[in-house]
Amino acid sequence: MNELPQQLVNGLLLGSMYGLVAIGYTMVYGIVQLINFAHGEIFMTGAFGALTVYVYILPNGTSMWIALPLMLIGAMLVSTTIAVGAERFAYRPLRNAPRLAPLITAIGLSLALQQAVWAWYPDAKSARTFPQIDGGPFHIGSVTIQTGDIFLLIAAPVSMAILGYFVMKTRTGRGMQATAQDPDTAKLMGVNTDRIIVIAFALGAVFAAVGAVAYGLKYGQIDFKMGFLLGLKAFTAAVLGGIGNIYGAMIGGIVLGVAETLATAYIADIPGMDKFGSNAWADVWAFVLLILVLLFRPQGLLGERVADRA
Amino acid sequence: MTALLEVEDLRVAYGKIEAVKGISFKVEAGEVVTLIGTNGAGKTTTLRTLSGLLKPVGGQIKFDGKSLKKTPAHQIVSLGLAHSPEGRHIFPRMTIEDNLRLGAFLRNDKPGIEKDIQRAYDLFPILGERRKQAAGTLSGGEQQMLAMGRALMSQPKLLMLDEPSMGLSPIMMQKIMATIAELKSQGTTILLVEQNAQAALSLADQGHVMEVGSIVLSGSGQDLLHDESVRKAYLGED
Repeated sequence: MNELPQQLVNGLLLGSMYGLVAIGYTMVYGIVQLINFAHGEIFMTGAFGALTVYVYILPNGTSMWIALPLMLIGAMLVSTTIAVGAERFAYRPLRNAPRLAPLITAIGLSLALQQAVWAWYPDAKSARTFPQIDGGPFHIGSVTIQTGDIFLLIAAPVSMAILGYFVMKTRTGRGMQATAQDPDTAKLMGVNTDRIIVIAFALGAVFAAVGAVAYGLKYGQIDFKMGFLLGLKAFTAAVLGGIGNIYGAMIGGIVLGVAETLATAYIADIPGMDKFGSNAWADVWAFVLLILVLLFRPQGLLGERVADRA
Repeated sequence: MTALLEVEDLRVAYGKIEAVKGISFKVEAGEVVTLIGTNGAGKTTTLRTLSGLLKPVGGQIKFDGKSLKKTPAHQIVSLGLAHSPEGRHIFPRMTIEDNLRLGAFLRNDKPGIEKDIQRAYDLFPILGERRKQAAGTLSGGEQQMLAMGRALMSQPKLLMLDEPSMGLSPIMMQKIMATIAELKSQGTTILLVEQNAQAALSLADQGHVMEVGSIVLSGSGQDLLHDESVRKAYLGED
């Protein structure tokens, strides 16, 4: 069992990537009670935004230390543009429609974005290589951290701190909390709730873009359908943490990442379970965890009471 | 001299059902005006229309010389019209102090905001004692105080209070009414909607009785308080 610390760190890293993407689901849900199923594709287009900056804009052989911040900006620009555009042209006209309508729109948008990248992005019909940071893995005691994960290790806590400050301490953040809790009364206070909704979509996209760059660095390649499973996992993380709660999204992500990693690593050691330990089963364990939480604690770990407004 | 608020032939409908059927009234600066009437008379609908949450189907609303008909809800508070809604609607998961700060959402004078928060605590000491507590943990009466304090944080020219005594114990109701009287003596202009007609009319300079979407009787607070039909219908006397 001396590899346990390593597995925990792996789970933590994987989980903070889920968490970054989960923030977008939870924020949008908290404000407009819409599950934006296109968020996984907003994440995916962010990855392609970063790739575009590196491959098609920067000169060949630019150092990653210069390229990475620019790739991050490129990812955020693409994700945010698509998220804000989706809000403005797809979801806003349906604001007062039955709830099924925006949900179906989201699924349609998700497919459209996947197909658009598949059809029009150069060589995107199969996976594309994502640039990597040079240098070997880092060792802390018995734990090894892969070079590609260093970005995640720094970006996830920094992102979370910025988000926490923004929501709790700024005027717009307070307007956001007010809109989530009682939109009509927020308007009476002078909060422009339409603007707050746009900001929620944009912020979610920004964090998804950070997650997208982290994904590219972690796995070394990106493709047009990478947002599907990761989006589903991140959505699971948001529900796990208690949808509508931004800290819950991060914590739900980490719990999911750790549980998935540990299950993959150790479940085969249980007698009779040796078939279930492979990586192929990792997704199964993630969703088994979701089902268990929904059974025993439907409001999620840091549960906001969703029932009273669903 | 024009009044602070002038409502003329206001009509509001939910779908095909007209809830407010052409009412007219005025509020002069410094006055307390009350709308009384039973449930469903259209009082709350009237206030929600004045603050822009509902769009009228006809009529005019003039506040401080400007028409409010095309102004979106979130811009109305900055004109000086504050609304403490029916059912209080405080933000339950935010602290009392953050609730008050939201009342000053559009103000930029930080020292002034701090001073007004202090003023709210002077007016309602219990809020000051619990300033860091989530507002959802307050009792109904305390939530009402917070809702009023929050509305005052925008430094309104006109304060609209919708059913401030609803669901409160008699003692708490008295407290709230005493506070409204205090605000009145400080010169705050108030449009008060109440089911507790006795208390509202005792405070009011002007009163209007609403029935199924129309104003059926208007007069000074004292006149209405002594009007026989009002006493029969709303003050429980026969």
